[in-house]
Amino acid sequence: MKTAAVKPAFDVAEIRAQFPILKELVHGKPLVYFDNAATSQKPRRVIKAESAYYATINANVHRGVHTLSTKATEAQEAARETIRRHIYARHAHEVIFTSGTTASMNLAAFSLGQLLLKKGDEVLISGMEHHANIVPWQLACERHGAKLKVIPITDSGEWDLTHVPFSDKTRVLAVSHVSNTLGTINPVKQLIAEAKKRGITTVVDGAQAIAHLDVDVQDLGCDLYAFSGHKAYGPTGTGVLYGREELLERMPPWQGGGEMIDTVTFEKTTYAKLPFKFEAGTPHIAGIIGLGEAIRWMEDYDKAAMAAYEHTLLEHATKVLLTIDGLRIIGTAKEKVGVISFVIDGVHHYDLGTLLDQQGIAVRTGHHCTQPLMERFGVSGTTRASFACFNTLEEIDSMVAATKKAVKMLR
Amino acid sequence: MSTTTTLAQAQQEVVDEFALFSDWQDRYEHLIELGKDLPVIAPEKKTEENIVRGCQSRVWLSAEYRASTPLSAGTVHFTADSDAMITKGLVALLVRVLNDRTPQEILNTPLTFIDAIGLREHLSPNRSNGLVAMLDQMKRYALAYSSKS
Repeated sequence: MKTAAVKPAFDVAEIRAQFPILKELVHGKPLVYFDNAATSQKPRRVIKAESAYYATINANVHRGVHTLSTKATEAQEAARETIRRHIYARHAHEVIFTSGTTASMNLAAFSLGQLLLKKGDEVLISGMEHHANIVPWQLACERHGAKLKVIPITDSGEWDLTHVPFSDKTRVLAVSHVSNTLGTINPVKQLIAEAKKRGITTVVDGAQAIAHLDVDVQDLGCDLYAFSGHKAYGPTGTGVLYGREELLERMPPWQGGGEMIDTVTFEKTTYAKLPFKFEAGTPHIAGIIGLGEAIRWMEDYDKAAMAAYEHTLLEHATKVLLTIDGLRIIGTAKEKVGVISFVIDGVHHYDLGTLLDQQGIAVRTGHHCTQPLMERFGVSGTTRASFACFNTLEEIDSMVAATKKAVKMLR
Repeated sequence: MSTTTTLAQAQQEVVDEFALFSDWQDRYEHLIELGKDLPVIAPEKKTEENIVRGCQSRVWLSAEYRASTPLSAGTVHFTADSDAMITKGLVALLVRVLNDRTPQEILNTPLTFIDAIGLREHLSPNRSNGLVAMLDQMKRYALAYSSKS
């Protein structure tokens, strides 16, 4: 567990000064960036760490005997240790580097499918999953003759825990910690506990949680936990699959190639030990080093203070958005991160997104890679504003004023 | 109307029209008005078959060939619609410029006006509003009908 060091009070002006992109103009207006659930912006420290690798220690890892290779390896493995500490994993070799949550989920679904799924078995997901936590399981189910089961969603955008279709055929539970579309913080710990009693292997999609919650994989009790670096102030093309050592040892590799082998002959290949068994090929070394820096950057702040600040943004946005005539928020769970999806009567999300962009405001529009969830709420898409620690109350007021202007133009 | 102007001239008219607007708000308000004025597509033409799928907004496009007479060459007549108003405004512009022209003219004249009026971003493939696919579909119709003319 982490020891509590004295951390500076949360000062959004001080935070903003660290993000170079926030000085950019869009259509001649100051950028208001509310698309953090798609990808967050990066503090200067992360950008510098990534470029410093290329400028000073670029070399392939775990291969060379030369100095640069040693330095690159040490820097990458230091990032692994940082992540281990941050998510409270027992061992650094339980942290597998991937290209992002999507790759992590594909690894999980392929490998667990091989290990666990047989004809007639079931994989349980929820109705609010991102396509990256639906399609890999559908592929695995097709390969092994298994079936996909779905936890229904309530009108407020929460799991309906009274109708979880567990059965004696359920082998895997794969659910999101936080919904990318609704912002709902799901009771994953409670559901994992239930799954464990039934001997079910549990996988958590933590893409939207890692930047906003204090993620403790041991406390959650999950077997696997996936997240992306780029949604947590880190570089694109980086991600993690955490796995419990004992399970990872039993899981077969997903991709073959360099780095992941012990010995290769044409008759038989034996695999490297953890975590390298799952890291075929040259990893995104610069990105991983940047991700380590992003995590250390986050750890420099009091996470509770940061979360409290983001909650203030959410509450303010909820209140002021609802002053817009005909606006309905999709996702009204009690526990939410700073994500607001909404629809406005008579206004198409494409039009609203376009007119907000003209005013310098970046939001996401569409189905957010959650088409089944859109169907559940009977909408073709939503406009989504998603906040990070560098956003301000004033920016939210700007968005609301800009939205009112757009609505007036469109009606 | 199109019998008296060429496609190139029709494009220039749009460019001149949009040159009157100095800021984004006027430009988009005009675009939205154009969408509202777009002749309604016949309900029976708003079929699943005529849908040009975009990830964000949807476009319906129908085309018919009006055969040549002793006095005029054969032309393509388009009707279209969209569920988003900005997309619909752009649909209206494409229909206005390309409608009732010979397949050859549709196929042979480069479309430059969208760029020229500062709305190019809506025709970038990542917008997935159905417009790029709509334009492709209009050209496919023209190509199919070109064998008849």
